[in-house]
Amino acid sequence: MSATFQFLSGVGGIAEASLSYLGGLSQLTGRSLLLLVASPLKPARRLQRASRQAMIVGVRAIPIVSLITFFVGVIMALQGAYELRQLGAMQLVPALVAISITRELGPLITAVVVIGRSGSAFAAEIGTMRVTEELDALQTMALDPLAFLVAPKFLAMAVMVPCLAVWADLMGVLGGSLFGVASGNFTLMGFLIGTRDSLVVSDVVSGIIKSLVFGLVITAVGCQEGLSTGGGAEEVGKATTSAVVISILMVILIDVVFTALFYLTGGRS
Amino acid sequence: MGTTALDTPEISVRGLKVRYGDREVLHGISFDVRHGETVVILGGSGSGKSTLLRTLVGLQKPSEGEVWVRGLDLARASEREMDELRKKIGLSFQGGALIGSMSVGENIALPLLEHSNLAPSTVEVMVRIKLEQVGLSGFEKYMPSELSGGMRKRAAVARAIAMDPEILFFDEPSAGLDPITAAGIDNLILDLKKAYSITTVVVTHELASAFLIADRILVIDHGNILAIGTVPQIQQCTNPRVRQFLDRVAESGDDDDKVDHLRMYTEGIRVKP
Repeated sequence: MSATFQFLSGVGGIAEASLSYLGGLSQLTGRSLLLLVASPLKPARRLQRASRQAMIVGVRAIPIVSLITFFVGVIMALQGAYELRQLGAMQLVPALVAISITRELGPLITAVVVIGRSGSAFAAEIGTMRVTEELDALQTMALDPLAFLVAPKFLAMAVMVPCLAVWADLMGVLGGSLFGVASGNFTLMGFLIGTRDSLVVSDVVSGIIKSLVFGLVITAVGCQEGLSTGGGAEEVGKATTSAVVISILMVILIDVVFTALFYLTGGRS
Repeated sequence: MGTTALDTPEISVRGLKVRYGDREVLHGISFDVRHGETVVILGGSGSGKSTLLRTLVGLQKPSEGEVWVRGLDLARASEREMDELRKKIGLSFQGGALIGSMSVGENIALPLLEHSNLAPSTVEVMVRIKLEQVGLSGFEKYMPSELSGGMRKRAAVARAIAMDPEILFFDEPSAGLDPITAAGIDNLILDLKKAYSITTVVVTHELASAFLIADRILVIDHGNILAIGTVPQIQQCTNPRVRQFLDRVAESGDDDDKVDHLRMYTEGIRVKP
């Protein structure tokens, strides 16, 4: 009896903590997005900071995103061909690669790379600034840390993560076509035409929408973890770790919800 | 601010209490800082002096009581009003708190570029002037991590005076520095006082430094003010706790002092129900 009660109260405690964490995230996101529209800081300088962030989180991520999604494309083609060969349906390999990459793996792999590169960096950067009193220094200079540090990150991520995801789609398909050409079943052109014919606009669009949400969530978690860092170097490490772990968990959960929604609301015609 | 006449205090604290959760750190303190004077807040570790400073610059909201800075009640001020006030005050942090990703020059230029409409070339000149004032000419391009502790503090002072503030705050200006460098920082504070005749509030536990730079000293202990007065007044003060602090007597093992020790650890738990 008491054990059951303890278990239930434990579950309740975890649920409450998770909900209040989510509440904190949405509050941070809401306030930051509001500060993008109505910031007390100068517009030109704000744009400059956001584009600097976009450079760091977006442009510099292109090589690693390209490399990883290219090979994921190869892997998807190989795995697909393994099964399709037995059915004599090798001509479906481009479709399999295209759909799995654009609807799922492109955005997801991009999100994971961005978590590793930028979500962790946000937590470490802001956490260190908290420990060294730099956040307080900004505050006393009438530079709200949310407006000055966090809002530009949101803007940069909201723009760059979807862009990276589209780029990842392209690289994935190219990776798939490498297999197609190497296995001798396709010409490069043939593979690309097969890809084009198997895709509908909503495949790519659903990936872009997911990426946008991923970008916002990764930023919110990274910044939240950084802002709530306690004192000391060890705490910065912990904040960085939880930023990565929580971001990955949340990205997967959101992916489930979105994929289910896309499926239920019709999906492909 | 036109309403601030010379005789009204720049900073006025009335019955200030600050609590972190249910731990009360400041137990209702009151004092004034007049225009142009240098007040040193003197106290040991855990005395509440840093909390007091954080409250005066608006990093910590008062739990009870009033804090007026340049005619603004910090307990009721909006963020916008606070930001307007913050542009008129400068704070030099204990560890410098320079933005690590920016060079020294960029750090000092930051408030100017964000809050004024000066041309970048003008800002550059101003940065050079401010660095010269703190004895760091030619260090614009250095990163904060490349500077020594004393230089970092000087750079932080340069950033604090970048906007020509009306009130200048120092958090432990000489902590962690060798005696010569610390004396250099004291001289810097005196020089700034002469050059700008601005109101200065210094938080420190260094007696020598306090006696050198202060117009008035405020001794704080366990969240209460023990004594306020000019340097000679404080030096002649007979309050046993103040004497203990001034004469650098360690807490002894007597029964009476055990209670005191206990108070030190449980400091602040005396919250009214």
